[in-house]
Amino acid sequence: MATDNTLVQVKNLKMHFPIEEGLLFRRVVGAIRAVDGINFSICKGETMGLVGESGCGKSTTARCIAQLHKPTGGEVLFEGNDLCKASKQELLKARMDMQMVFQDPYASLNPRMTAGAIIGEPLLIYSKRGILNYSRKDIQKRVEELMEKVGLSRYFMNRYPHEFSGGQRQRIGVARALALNPKLILADEPISALDVSIQSQILNLLNDLQEEFNLTYLFIAHDLAVIEHISNRVAVMYLGVVVEIADSKVLYKKPMHPYTKALLSAVPIPDPVVERQRKRIILEGDVPSPDKERVGCYFYDRCPNAMPDKCKNNIPQLREVEENHEVACFLYFDP
Amino acid sequence: MNTEVVLLVEDLRTYFNTDDGIVKAVDGISFQLHKGETLGLVGESGCGKSVSCLSVMKLIPSPPGRIMSGRAMLQGKNILDYPVDKIRQIRGQKISMIFQDPMTSLNPFLRISTQMIETIRLHQGLDKMQAQDKAIDMLRLVGIPNPSKRVADYPHQFSGGMRQRVMIAMALSCNPEVLIADEPSTALDVTIQAQILEIIKNLSVEFGTAVILITHDLGVVAGMCDNICVMYAGKIVEKAKVDDLYQDPKHPYTQGLIKSVPRLDKPGKQRLYSIEGQPPNLINLPDVCTFHPRCDRAMDICRQKYPPDITVDGRSVRCWLYKEEK
Repeated sequence: MATDNTLVQVKNLKMHFPIEEGLLFRRVVGAIRAVDGINFSICKGETMGLVGESGCGKSTTARCIAQLHKPTGGEVLFEGNDLCKASKQELLKARMDMQMVFQDPYASLNPRMTAGAIIGEPLLIYSKRGILNYSRKDIQKRVEELMEKVGLSRYFMNRYPHEFSGGQRQRIGVARALALNPKLILADEPISALDVSIQSQILNLLNDLQEEFNLTYLFIAHDLAVIEHISNRVAVMYLGVVVEIADSKVLYKKPMHPYTKALLSAVPIPDPVVERQRKRIILEGDVPSPDKERVGCYFYDRCPNAMPDKCKNNIPQLREVEENHEVACFLYFDP
Repeated sequence: MNTEVVLLVEDLRTYFNTDDGIVKAVDGISFQLHKGETLGLVGESGCGKSVSCLSVMKLIPSPPGRIMSGRAMLQGKNILDYPVDKIRQIRGQKISMIFQDPMTSLNPFLRISTQMIETIRLHQGLDKMQAQDKAIDMLRLVGIPNPSKRVADYPHQFSGGMRQRVMIAMALSCNPEVLIADEPSTALDVTIQAQILEIIKNLSVEFGTAVILITHDLGVVAGMCDNICVMYAGKIVEKAKVDDLYQDPKHPYTQGLIKSVPRLDKPGKQRLYSIEGQPPNLINLPDVCTFHPRCDRAMDICRQKYPPDITVDGRSVRCWLYKEEK
């Protein structure tokens, strides 16, 4: 699977958060299996979409790749180096090539710093550590350049975040992520906190920047239409595992996993004529809690096509069923 | 469709006094709601969708808010003139509301039964046991498994989707004429959203309730509503039947909104249309078309006067591009 073109490869990544009990003597009584063994890779220059419902481990995956959480198992290979075992110095260097854009543009910018200081901060940090060599003047020049790139006037440099609208703040967040000329941008729901008319502005901006700087995106969203629009390939997550990976066109035309099918049919389409003719697959119940170890398919409880003999006691692994189309479901192969 | 008008809102204006000036959150909106109809109120955040519905229920905190003018006729009576004790009889019984975030709209200290029985007893004069039975029936209707046991649970024991079901059960328990659903599915996941919208749709048909659905998601209104009002900066800029609106939007803002949403059924990597700029600050707005700075078809007159309500092809648009049909 790994070729020369692979930028990131995630191998059997696991992130279990401990559940603790007791006041004085805290002991671990269980684990929230936020990410429970996932495999995928991202090629240079592509946009990988990660989609799923809340609590399925999308954000945790992104944070594990950036090593903001130390994964409890598995490997994250960035250009061939395992980041989970990397030293602090190595990580610092790797993070230069890997930046994040966060969901909430209100919480992810320091309210006491000016826009210019926020965008320039990565440069300042790396210059202080002696990895980059930017003077104060250079930083200011670079900040001006970046602000213009993301569609903000350079005269806004000395303003504070509260003086900007949501869309503009997200532009600041994007500019900050671009400051170090990264190869990979991990975008964690970058547009879901924005208004409809602003969302398309930011999507277009991200598209333009990708072309200009040859960026690679890991794009997380719960909105399937947005993911379809921006991604080349899409991974669908459910309860901490990836259930399907395919090219985005193929996935939307021919979803194979029952969960993907239900997810796609649940998305409302802004056209009343189409909407009236559609048949919805309405899933029963809620997403179960990820605090138990599972012996069968993760989707078994809610699956409309569940087969008790196969699915209850075997965990389906991702398998390439068609070219570039991986599914983890026993409808397509036997355990 | 039944043509009996349940709720008629006319020239409603709600202003907020702030230190920086007057915010005209809702500035002269009018709409009608027929029996059994589902009306969508669509717009971006801060356009006055929620405030207009809160005004109808007289839930605007005053000060700073003030309902400056307008009427809200419920079955022929102007409820905006009602004193507090009288409006309380209306809330929950004639008009009820579902809010966006089901966690903050349920009292975390009280059992579901306590909260539901309170409403039912107050409005329907049932005794405690009857009210409890009614509550259990309602919970069963909205699809909560094992309702006779779950009714004694606290809100935190329910998931987000389940809580929203409880809210719907509570809102419909007194058979209201009008149900206002304020972004009922925004805080939920898509698969849960589909469940909740299905419930609202089915129950409104079953009880003959008229629904006002507030949302920013053009997809949600397309599947749910009969008529749609598009709001921008405190005013309704376009009012139309749902099919007309999507097939042939008239107002440049509506056109932009519909074009700027990526669609699942029409995939492609083409560039999205985007409305440049951002919604205006509502403080001390001049009396000109509020959309003209973002409009690519703006004319001189747009910068001078606010367009009147013009009827084109049987629907109303507020834009200088159109002329009244003679």
